[in-house]
Amino acid sequence: DLSEFRDRSKSGSTGQHMTIYEVIDRLRATFRSGVTFPEQFRMTQLQNLLSLVEENEQLIQDALHKDLHKPKFESVLSEIQITLNDLYFAMENLRTWMQPEYNIGKNLATRMDDCFIRREPLGVVLIIGAWNYPLHLILLPLVAAIAAGNCAILKPSEICQATEQLLAELIPKYLSQDCYAVLCGGAEDTKSLLKNKFDHIFYTGSQVVARSILLAAAPHLTPVTLELGGKSPCFIYGHIDIHKAAKRLCWSKFFNTGQSCVAPDYVLCTAQTRDALLPALRETLRTFYGPDPGASLDMGRIVTPRHWRRLMDMLEKSKGKVVIGGESREEDRYIAPTVLVDVQESDALMQEEIFGPILPILTIESLEEGIDYINRQEKPLALYVFSDETSVVTTVLNNTSSGGFCGNDGIVHMALPGLPFGGVGASGMGSYHGRWGFETFSHRRGCMNRSWLLERVNVLRYPPYSDYNLGWLRWATTFKKNSWGGCSVM
Amino acid sequence: MEKQAVQRAREAFLAGRSRPLEFRVQQLKSLQRMITDRQGEIATALKQDINRSQYDTPLFELIGLENEISLAVSKLAQWAAPRPVERNLLTISDQAYIQPEPLGVVLIIGAWNYPWALTLQPLVGAIAAGNAAVVKPSELSEYSASLLKALLPRYLDQELYPVVCGGVSETQELLRQRFDHVFYTGNSTVGKLVMEAAARHLTPVTLELGGKSPCYIDKDVDLRVACRRITWGKFVNCGQTCIAPDYILCEPSIQNRVVEGIRQTLLEFYGPDPKSSPDYGRIINQRHFNRLMTLLEGYTATVGGQSDSSQRYIAPTVVKDVPPQARLMQEEIFGPLLPIVTVSDIDDAIHFINEREKPLALYVFSSNKKVIKRMLAETTSGGVTVNDVIMHYTLNSLPFGGVGQSGTGRYHGKHTFDQFSHHRACLVKSLGMEEVNIVRYPPQNRQKARRVRLAMRTPLVDFSWKTYIWAVTATVFAFDFLFSPS
Repeated sequence: DLSEFRDRSKSGSTGQHMTIYEVIDRLRATFRSGVTFPEQFRMTQLQNLLSLVEENEQLIQDALHKDLHKPKFESVLSEIQITLNDLYFAMENLRTWMQPEYNIGKNLATRMDDCFIRREPLGVVLIIGAWNYPLHLILLPLVAAIAAGNCAILKPSEICQATEQLLAELIPKYLSQDCYAVLCGGAEDTKSLLKNKFDHIFYTGSQVVARSILLAAAPHLTPVTLELGGKSPCFIYGHIDIHKAAKRLCWSKFFNTGQSCVAPDYVLCTAQTRDALLPALRETLRTFYGPDPGASLDMGRIVTPRHWRRLMDMLEKSKGKVVIGGESREEDRYIAPTVLVDVQESDALMQEEIFGPILPILTIESLEEGIDYINRQEKPLALYVFSDETSVVTTVLNNTSSGGFCGNDGIVHMALPGLPFGGVGASGMGSYHGRWGFETFSHRRGCMNRSWLLERVNVLRYPPYSDYNLGWLRWATTFKKNSWGGCSVM
Repeated sequence: MEKQAVQRAREAFLAGRSRPLEFRVQQLKSLQRMITDRQGEIATALKQDINRSQYDTPLFELIGLENEISLAVSKLAQWAAPRPVERNLLTISDQAYIQPEPLGVVLIIGAWNYPWALTLQPLVGAIAAGNAAVVKPSELSEYSASLLKALLPRYLDQELYPVVCGGVSETQELLRQRFDHVFYTGNSTVGKLVMEAAARHLTPVTLELGGKSPCYIDKDVDLRVACRRITWGKFVNCGQTCIAPDYILCEPSIQNRVVEGIRQTLLEFYGPDPKSSPDYGRIINQRHFNRLMTLLEGYTATVGGQSDSSQRYIAPTVVKDVPPQARLMQEEIFGPLLPIVTVSDIDDAIHFINEREKPLALYVFSSNKKVIKRMLAETTSGGVTVNDVIMHYTLNSLPFGGVGQSGTGRYHGKHTFDQFSHHRACLVKSLGMEEVNIVRYPPQNRQKARRVRLAMRTPLVDFSWKTYIWAVTATVFAFDFLFSPS
């Protein structure tokens, strides 16, 4: 029966089968009881999640290595530490975030009133994870959902089975089983899951699936956050220290074997820059991975045979020239860090997000040509510019759009919790990280507590109407330019 | 035809015309002029559409709109400027900020109950945020729609802000086109269709829907003032307001006094025969008139109840002791019928409200701070006004929007600007400080890994008081160590 999930929340037992509906009902009943609202409860759960990660680091690293051949260094940096940091940040700031916002402008008519914005939990939310960073892409939204006072259902990616199993086992052990559940399953199971009503759906993944999620959410009017992807362009232009740029570019591109939604997908530069770049790239790759990246412990693998095949197909169909790398091995899904030049717009590598260790270089003759090209494509999740010249950075910023932007580095804009992380257009909608995640999973309720006084002013608005009353009311409620503190009298 | 309007708007947007701040301000000021110059014509159109009184028009449609325009013109530079964010020690020498950017071409679908405010207020935010906007006024308020179609091109850029009129099929055709944001005000049935259509293009939506906005009256309250405020909010625009108090919840002991309070107020407002009062409106069309009359079937009105189909007139009506399963309590009323449902106490009231879909607005009348606190803490809704109705709508620093079935997204004031913008996260690093970066590159070994972990951990990554104290203490110790006689 496709609608049944094995509810591993009944840990230690023989795994009593519960239907999705029962799980959702239980979570909804818990939410209704209001137990997730108080600050103390949220803090405790966040603290428990922190313990989950801290106490099981080795198990997590092992699972990630099993699923993705992820080097320990990357697991620690991009999965464990980023989750821990977000948890510290949330616990540190939870009280502030939960406070009603009082500092808002008032006009004369509302001067005596208490006006504030409350942040309220939404209810039962659904968080669907992805396979490339299977831990943090599901736990960071969970941190935000817990901080905002919701109950949550986690649906980890079934592609990373070791991580999925680990999460299914650990989450019920550390977090309240009445509030948070892990549901495992494949595409069909997710479809059934989506027939239910949620108060918010948070999805990280591909555009194709995103559409079906939005269509499933529409009949319930469920708000959705979509963290998708796209081809993130990387300009290298003007005066630049090519060696430093090459280092940062290689690091961001080949981290997690290129399987990052914000990896620089392709490079745009002049022929001159390209000629200086190639030796710098070769040197950097040699320093990073040695003469045979396939033997380096620091090089990862492609996640599944299907994706390996997809990438090899793209490479084979490409009309570009391979100048670095190109080697591959089917048995362990290895592809060497590969760079191609003479790649045209129509190339097989330029039609969809690469999501692998293949870097095409497109030559442009001017910055405008590059900008025009970017604007003809869908808005990407990230956009990069390497340049010492401020004018180059500014020109690109002002004439393009993207989810996020980083100048003179790759990926790291994700690590600053003050910056919202999310896409625009085809790369997604909504954002999270830090306080932005808290806001995503909250409802901002505008509240006005009217005083009983000033009924004389109120009288002006009641029928029977008259020009006289209207005149006074207009004066009392009109926003006057240059008014300070919202006071429209002086 | 719809396709061409969208196409032209997109070409105009891509040409960059709508982006410069001076252009946006100029368009907004032009919109302001349109409202000031044409007030008379707008009032006439509204009278023909919905029998709106000449005073309700400026009060409910135009003053709010003018305030929004003044605010946008005055604050635009501030709103559109980069918003710096807190940096950590690793990014201390970098620029980190959020840059609001236009989304592109947006679609604004208006409603018929406040055809000018609900169509043009979103437009103000869309223009301020630098977008092109296709405006689709509601066909049910046909005189206003025709007037808008005639006027807007005379004041605003014709290609960037086209007005498309029409009914269901024209709207469906519009929704097949790709937009960068869709802003819809109306009912949840159509709201779901809008969301579905937008889903195909992965377009984000703002839905300003409705619901049954409850109004709880505590027994401990000045009923005279409470009833007056409620009566005003309920019967303005003949009850056709998305945030009108839909129904009243109160204890049986005060029900009769509530009814009397409302009856008294109605006399003051509209006189003994509301039909002849110039200040009382009409139902928008025959279909809604029939719908409302059906809701009343089987119930005797305690106040009012009279109607005149030829004029689409329904008297201000109050019905006592309405059972929760009555038809009156199943859908949003959106008319001049006010049911009173009795509850035993505040617990019962909260339970009643939470059993139902999240409403757009919630109203509480009480002098007891504890009661108010409980109501706010134990329920949810789009917005709240305590001890009055509707007024939270008028303060544009409060976000106005629904939650759950009452909608998604919010607007008014700066919130409209933010809703129609993309908040692009920008980190501009220098190529210096490369020594710090070295620890993150392969090949990796234990020492490097330890160093990078240390660098990433708090207190180096956060900017809290802990860090500050640590830094100060460390500096003091360092100085002490360096300068102490050894």
